[in-house]
Amino acid sequence: MPEPTNPLARPEQDHFFASLDSAVLGDVDVVDESAAPTSLWQDAWRELRHRVLFWASAAIILLVIVVAVAPQLFTSVDPQYCLLSDSLGAPGPGHPFGFDKLGCDVYARVIYGARASVAVGVLTTLIVTLLGATVGAVAGAYGGWFDSLLSRVTDIFFAIPLVLAAVTVMSIFRSSRTILTVVLVLGVFGWPQIARITRGAVMSVKNAEFVTAAKALGVSKPATIVKHLIPNALAPIIVTATVSLGTFIVAEATLSFLGIGLPPNVVSWGHDISQAQRQLRTMPSLIFYPSGALALTVLGFIMMGDAVRDALDPKARKR
Amino acid sequence: MSREMVDVQLEPSVLDPNVPLLKVRDLDVQFATGTGVVRAVRGANLTLYPGQSLAIVGESGSGKSTTAHAIINLLPGTGKVTGGSIEFEGNELVGASEKTFVGIRGSQIGLVPQDPMTNLNPVWSIGYQVRETLLANGFTGSRREANARVAELLAEAGLPDAARRAKQFPHEFSGGMRQRALIAIGLAARPKLLIADEPTSALDVTVQRTILDHLETLTAELGTAVLFITHDLGLAAERASQLVVMYRGQVVESGPALKILQDPQHPYTQRLVAAAPSLASRRIQSAKERGQRPEELKAVTGGDGVDRSRGELLRVEHLTKEFEIRGAAKGSNTFKAVDDVSFTVTRGTTMALVGESGSGKSTVANIMLNLLQPTEGTIYFEGQNLHGLGRKAEFAFRRRVQPIFQNPYGSLDPMYSIFRTLEEPLRVHHIGNSKTREARVRELLEMVAMPASTMRRFPNELSGGQRQRVAVARALALSPEVIVCDEAVSALDVLVQAQILTLLNDLQAELGLTYLFITHDLAVVRQIADEVCVMQAGRIVESATTDEVFDNPRQEYTRELLAAIPGASLDVFGSGPAA
Repeated sequence: MPEPTNPLARPEQDHFFASLDSAVLGDVDVVDESAAPTSLWQDAWRELRHRVLFWASAAIILLVIVVAVAPQLFTSVDPQYCLLSDSLGAPGPGHPFGFDKLGCDVYARVIYGARASVAVGVLTTLIVTLLGATVGAVAGAYGGWFDSLLSRVTDIFFAIPLVLAAVTVMSIFRSSRTILTVVLVLGVFGWPQIARITRGAVMSVKNAEFVTAAKALGVSKPATIVKHLIPNALAPIIVTATVSLGTFIVAEATLSFLGIGLPPNVVSWGHDISQAQRQLRTMPSLIFYPSGALALTVLGFIMMGDAVRDALDPKARKR
Repeated sequence: MSREMVDVQLEPSVLDPNVPLLKVRDLDVQFATGTGVVRAVRGANLTLYPGQSLAIVGESGSGKSTTAHAIINLLPGTGKVTGGSIEFEGNELVGASEKTFVGIRGSQIGLVPQDPMTNLNPVWSIGYQVRETLLANGFTGSRREANARVAELLAEAGLPDAARRAKQFPHEFSGGMRQRALIAIGLAARPKLLIADEPTSALDVTVQRTILDHLETLTAELGTAVLFITHDLGLAAERASQLVVMYRGQVVESGPALKILQDPQHPYTQRLVAAAPSLASRRIQSAKERGQRPEELKAVTGGDGVDRSRGELLRVEHLTKEFEIRGAAKGSNTFKAVDDVSFTVTRGTTMALVGESGSGKSTVANIMLNLLQPTEGTIYFEGQNLHGLGRKAEFAFRRRVQPIFQNPYGSLDPMYSIFRTLEEPLRVHHIGNSKTREARVRELLEMVAMPASTMRRFPNELSGGQRQRVAVARALALSPEVIVCDEAVSALDVLVQAQILTLLNDLQAELGLTYLFITHDLAVVRQIADEVCVMQAGRIVESATTDEVFDNPRQEYTRELLAAIPGASLDVFGSGPAA
């Protein structure tokens, strides 16, 4: 092989070395004991604290939850107490939003409607997350025919539009509809998305060396799923769950709007929107209040999901 | 050489060999991050003459790649040149327009990127990607001429049957072939300077050597100056006449390669030269030399040879592992990853399994860890057959054999604090109560020379070397007898690697551990192993004590591997290459 054509040093290529003062030699790989320890969640929290999006959505969600838990704090009027003589009455003292066709106080109905929405949203998300995460984690961790089967089932459920399926199934419960039936029906058809996300997240960590190390320690497969795989998949699950909480609230409102969601004796925004729709031309403000409340609530949860996603994004984290 | 004639006719070199081609003065590069400004390069100087080769050496984060990328204005993200000058052929590049750089990149300065797996676009054929470079740099011939030129360039880069190969896609190429294609692209427009950023660090040593040899011949013929970026001091010294050693963004030493190796002045360079496995292995057995002092170490490792009287701990007989190839017809296609492998490991010694990628060494490791079942063959652990252990016996076995893996970023659960990571093995095996477990965690951290306060931290706060120390501590938690190190130091910077090897060696002396050391790096083997098995394509081709393998290799393949250690041919310390 030919030697490089040049001999050794030419001008400005003499042996140079920096003085020790200008290039201070550190110890190889010392642990910095001064910095505070941080976990993924602490890092995420630090990130979230500086975000307007997070605080705005947190305020909305907090408000909605307080309203749902203690509506009495916001109004002393009974939303079910309606006088036909007040029908379509204009706003007045104590009744800031006026009255609907049946003479019920709109403000009170908007306040009391939060409970049904939040209950359906939270309960459905709980069911969906538990079901979806379990199915997804098992499918992702075990693989093989089990994964194929679960994935096909997931695909089938995924292919059915949530509301269409719920409409069909809800019509079976024509006479005995409660919050619980709505939650169950939405839950049964809503889990595939979380299952998919969990499966993907689990599969991306299941070949990591720390999982193999756990196996070599003698940790059983189910324990590995619970202790290592799911905690590492938690971030995307939380993000998806937060966002889908909003969509479940919308789904409930849609069902109630169609008259097959919550029974009429439960105050709900969807039901009120459907009622107000009939007065769209005579009194358009009626539809504005329940749908505004619905939009604000959903926006709150979706914005929260976005903020959390940004904070938990592994690419944004220091390595 | 006829090709040289042709090339000289193609572009007669008009460069004055005594005028610097590239002159970098007081270069400052900064990155804006969330926590403030990071000064990635501080006051760097280097001078490169036409046709010369220069290597920037440093560990990860030393600023070597940043310097190279600043030259062609390809700094990632928020990086910015904030001071100094870069002169290329007398023209100032700092502050030059993007248009100037477009004109210079490819035609004046070529780049061979680091990772051959991701730097070719998978949806275009190799030929298309070379032609793209030609067209971008002012090739004016017809399509037919362009294709002919592409074949010529690929052939020049050492691809056999280039015209046909040019129609293939990246996934049909091996890593080495892809790197050749990238070299062809880098040299396509006959640049005066070629920047090679860790051009072969993802390749097997033997492939690495052929490619670097070829690159050296080619650039010498073309009169191209080469700027190597590498972490490997041995490789740098072997391939470049000039060295620039960078440390934490500064040039700490620069000058003629041999001079720096023989007479390093800066303490960092001295450390680096002392730790470089490829150089050290030529003259010292660092681990053992340190161990000469305490008598018991000599007894444990059995001195230079292996003291058989300590008894064998592991015996592997006729081990075979077949994998079914996916999508293949039933029964017809199985792949033998491990083929009739037998060896024994003596208690308290280190056995190294050496081989290139695909040699089956990691499969053996996984079978030893009882993570994979062998197709055939048996493993005896203290005379007990590992195959067909009951659930309980297998669980007990796990305590006695523990792994350390390669990737310091993947081997610790990011959701676990260091305390939880180290406590997990104790908890799983129901050892002690919470108080004694905490004491044990402290003890483990002390063993791997980490402060006890580390236990409240999370893996993402630690450097690669620190994580690997934690991984060692986790492996030690259950006081195992055997530790399987699967490329345990391969992903670490040289100095850190030397530290971890020393740590492993000290722990062996202290605790009487037996190591099964899986690695592709023969240089590391010399530092740590007592016995070596060289594997090729699933078989053991040579098996002997470390000294025998290095001083008197019997197989052609072993000789090839030895010769391929970067820096092996360097005669720095007056001892010629063994092979």
